Amino acid sequence: MQFLNEHLLSLILFIPTFAALIMLFLPGEEVKLHRWFAFAASLIPLGLTIYLWNLFDSNKTGFQFQESYVWYEAIHSSFHLGVDGISLSMVLLTTLLTPLAILASFTVSDKVKAFFMLFLFLETGMLGVFLALDLLIFFVFWEIGLVPMYFLINQWGSANRNYASLKFMIYTMGGSLGLLLAIQMLGVLFGTYDLLALYQRWNSLSASDILMGMPVHTIKTIAFWAFVIAFAIKVPIWPFHTWLPDAHTEAPTGGSMILAGVLLKLGAYGFIRLVLPFYPLESKIFAGALAALAVAAIVFGAFASYAQTDFKRLVAYSSVNHMGFVVLGIAAAGLAAGTNDAHIAMNGAVLQMFNHGLSAAGMFFLVGVIYERTHTRNLNDFGGLFPLVPVYGGILIFTSMASLGLPGLNGFVSEFLVVRGAYPVLKIYTAISMIGLLFTGAYILKGIKSVLHGPMNEHWAHGEHKLTEINTREILVMLPLMALILVIGVWPAWILDVINKAVVALF
Amino acid sequence: MAIEKLIWLIPLPPVLAFALIVLFTNKNKALSHSVAIGAAFLSWLGAMYVFLSALGVEHFGEHPYESSINWLPTGETWLKIGVLIDPLSATVLFFVAWTVLMIFLYSVGYHNFGQPAGDHDHKGLPPHGATEHGHAVLSIEPMYSRFFAFISLFAFGMLTLVVSDNLLTMFVGWEIMGLCSYLLIGFWFGKESARNAAIKAFMTTRIGDVFMLLGISYLYSTTGTLSFRAIFTVEILHTLATIPSGVFGLSAAGLIGLLLFIGTVGKSAQFPLHVWLPDAMEGPTPVSAMIHAATMVSAGVYAVIRMYPLISLDEKTMTVVAFIGAFTAIFAATIAVAQNDIKRVLAYSTISQLGFMIAALGIHAYIAAVFHLVTHAFFKALLFLGSGSVIHGMEHGVLHTGNHKVDPQDMFNMGGLKNKMPITFWTFLIGGFALSGFPLITAGFWSKDEILADAWGHGHMIIFFTLAVAAFMTAFYTMRQITLTFLGEARTPEAEHAHETPWTMTVPLIILSGFAIGYGWFGIPEHFPVLGGLVPNWFHEFVGGTLAEHPEAVEFSWVPLGVSLFVAFVGLLCGWLMYRNVKSAAEDVFQISFLKNKYYFDELYDFLFVKPIYWFSENVVYKFMDMTVINGILHLFGPSTGGIGSTIRNYFDLPIINRLIGDGSADVTYWFGGKLTRIQSGRIQQYLVLSLTALFVIGGLIYFFLLA
Repeated sequence: MQFLNEHLLSLILFIPTFAALIMLFLPGEEVKLHRWFAFAASLIPLGLTIYLWNLFDSNKTGFQFQESYVWYEAIHSSFHLGVDGISLSMVLLTTLLTPLAILASFTVSDKVKAFFMLFLFLETGMLGVFLALDLLIFFVFWEIGLVPMYFLINQWGSANRNYASLKFMIYTMGGSLGLLLAIQMLGVLFGTYDLLALYQRWNSLSASDILMGMPVHTIKTIAFWAFVIAFAIKVPIWPFHTWLPDAHTEAPTGGSMILAGVLLKLGAYGFIRLVLPFYPLESKIFAGALAALAVAAIVFGAFASYAQTDFKRLVAYSSVNHMGFVVLGIAAAGLAAGTNDAHIAMNGAVLQMFNHGLSAAGMFFLVGVIYERTHTRNLNDFGGLFPLVPVYGGILIFTSMASLGLPGLNGFVSEFLVVRGAYPVLKIYTAISMIGLLFTGAYILKGIKSVLHGPMNEHWAHGEHKLTEINTREILVMLPLMALILVIGVWPAWILDVINKAVVALF
Repeated sequence: MAIEKLIWLIPLPPVLAFALIVLFTNKNKALSHSVAIGAAFLSWLGAMYVFLSALGVEHFGEHPYESSINWLPTGETWLKIGVLIDPLSATVLFFVAWTVLMIFLYSVGYHNFGQPAGDHDHKGLPPHGATEHGHAVLSIEPMYSRFFAFISLFAFGMLTLVVSDNLLTMFVGWEIMGLCSYLLIGFWFGKESARNAAIKAFMTTRIGDVFMLLGISYLYSTTGTLSFRAIFTVEILHTLATIPSGVFGLSAAGLIGLLLFIGTVGKSAQFPLHVWLPDAMEGPTPVSAMIHAATMVSAGVYAVIRMYPLISLDEKTMTVVAFIGAFTAIFAATIAVAQNDIKRVLAYSTISQLGFMIAALGIHAYIAAVFHLVTHAFFKALLFLGSGSVIHGMEHGVLHTGNHKVDPQDMFNMGGLKNKMPITFWTFLIGGFALSGFPLITAGFWSKDEILADAWGHGHMIIFFTLAVAAFMTAFYTMRQITLTFLGEARTPEAEHAHETPWTMTVPLIILSGFAIGYGWFGIPEHFPVLGGLVPNWFHEFVGGTLAEHPEAVEFSWVPLGVSLFVAFVGLLCGWLMYRNVKSAAEDVFQISFLKNKYYFDELYDFLFVKPIYWFSENVVYKFMDMTVINGILHLFGPSTGGIGSTIRNYFDLPIINRLIGDGSADVTYWFGGKLTRIQSGRIQQYLVLSLTALFVIGGLIYFFLLA
């Protein structure tokens, strides 16, 4: 028990990898075994995360459950892990969505073993980013996550997968070049990569000091943008977003769930964990620019989504729209740092990350459910499916409403907090973002109308095309998501309190 | 049980009923409606208990029932949510509970419970009838259980809104109703018109909602609270009234009020966001009653009445409110005159009556606005349910003749229904007279008269005359409707065979008509000739207590009363005289296409907003910006890095590295080797000469460089 408590984070982090390595030795043709093994293995980190959540003391400030191991002593990088309220909620999101995505992928029949192994590797990659307290470790996991996702899209994706996977990979890596350089610079300057040490030393420099022949202010500005661009591509912020609809649309269903549910959060998490604490001054100076891009994402994301005829692309663009609110919250928090407005905006941003993870994963899964049966995603091929699949229809409407931000469900709480936090400091931007909020309604209703509503669809009603109702396994995937969507909508305090205390301590 | 706890529980039964029906009982129709009606009854019981207890509390306005809990952690503080029953919400709760229960009960009959399943009915389309013993009979709604689930959720939204002590949960209830209206207007989603109407309703009201959300954020960030009683304190109101907002010269209170009011404009279908409400008729009739009377539009008016202490701080905002209300009242009335669909007439009358309330609020006639809200809810619920009953009776006739081309909602297909459907007729007549403001006996008279008296008494002449004309038109089109529907001779064989509806539908009509008459007696002004003072003006006393300063009753004047009597009588009379002998729509002088087509607002909005926005989304944002510009730039990276690569290869790697250095060095060695082969001749003398030469050269070099 003591071993468990002391190594909780590394266990959560490495059990998926360990499980993937075991899978290597399982007989290759036992498809069922692989599915169930991967699913069962991914439940262990979830169980441990819930255990972690219970042990976590939200009243303590700073990072808890820290572990530190010697890793690369020559350059003073150590394997340092820890969680606070913000990363804890992201870890929960990751360990929750991975088993669900695996369960959702039970229908994959091609190269099953490799598929699930990649999923488990991916989970380690994502968790590492959230748990790392060392910049180099952060970067290593940041890059590790790309590889399995590249192969998931490239090997199991749909028609245009080569283009999409390449775009995803190159774009993200291109963005992280600057990040790597900036991280190296910090390492060279301070002789450590440890986040906690860097927070202190980096911010204790005065702006007029000279480092490496340049004033600190200039260095910081350059490094700020290096960080920002890397994370902006990942979030993605407009206009770096065009990889997203391609990658999300071409990825297999489980991959899209993870992409939208967790991978996008890595970028936003980077902003919260690194950009704002390292560059409070720059965050304040450039908050307007960041907010403008966020609002562009909100508004144009909604418009672009409204323009789609491909159901999955419609959902993909909705992510651009929703993640815009996360960035708007972050921009407001950067601008108003130290005030109650900043806390509220940041609470909203973090909760929005969690909420979008739930609703986007659900939406992508539901698109997958219908795609698997009909082999089309074209909205014009649907319509009038409600009488054929009433249960599916009900679930789709519920999840869509969460995505739309209907009060009583989770999305509203976080969007309200972001708008409330941003309003006093970024009035005009917030007001413009309302256009996006309005058109969120337009594209969601367009989706429901073109899929479910209309006179009963004769094409999918009979014979070989007969559309079958959502099955038990698929309902089981949706059930935890729907439950959380409702619970957070009605009683958000259980998670928001944990986030809030970390936010108050940090910003 | 402490009464505060009970208030928390009031909205819950319907939402539990919703969950129960959706998850468990949807296969069983009888069980589903029992659950829904049982839940509505429980809420009704709770509401009545709270209402009656509230009556017994002295100075209830100062000591309302309230209770709140921490809900959202926001930095160092918490956002609290809670329940509040003060005189205003108690009054609203009373009519909501009653109308909701009546509508639930009515729905059982309306959806043909007990009838066989239809021969060719599909989910998503209205039932078309079944054959039983060789006769065509009405068939049960295929999605019967789903209907009860949705209206239960609807009721939950409204009850939540009413018992809320803060803007946030009020907004939650507000939006849940938005969803339910979407689901219910689009209930028969197989119909193209219903689908479009549902989306139109949701989107139009959402325009108002996003403004409201901004207003809430503004208010919250300025005051740090969203609880009504915390905001309506002297200090906070004073602060809000003095901070300039920087927009249109309004104070913060003025701008917040305006933003919140835009929310109401959407929800209560005021001009220019009125377009969704008439289309909302696409839903089943109980839904129309729900939206038009019991819940949604009343919620919009309730919201501004609730925020009155804040909105009234800025006269500019109040002027906007008053003029939007008055304009809507007369504007909608002119459209109502030209409609032939029995429900559409009522729809426009709703818009118009809501305009009365909004205008009343805008001229500080607070109590009159609340009074009209309540009486309107009762008589409009009655009228809608009555019209549903008429349609139901007509559908009976349609099934009898088998001529499905006859529109059972067109008033020109009716006539003479008075004898076929007596209960529906008498109750509809009561509702119609209440709407027209038929003097003394109907509730509508007392509330409308109070609005006119206030407008006159406070010198708002433009508002007064506008509303008076609107009231005249109201009486006129109401009588037109009654005459065309019930009086005279049947104009079609279908109307001949119309049939009175079952008790589940007529009982709610009878109960509601009781309120449509009786409720007015609780608000008779004290100085009214003869009647004044006989019954105490309970309404004024009770509701007035909500405000910090009890509003003064306006001085009695004969002018507004005279006008009020005149417009009601003359309007009704004209309506009857003009339409008693009309045989078909062709004889109607008001079939003016400009009015029939609602001043072409739908077409105008379609042209100005809907189409351009879709075009903009598809062509500008998606195809141009994303696919052409941004992706175009990204796609440059591929060819350009490829280009750089091949340039380096073709102009550096191949010629210089490969050709010059790589291959070149080999070539040079080869050439050199080739030349050197000549000296490898095998002759010893030649080798000796060469060696000596080399020795002298090297020796010379060593001497020259090192030793010299």
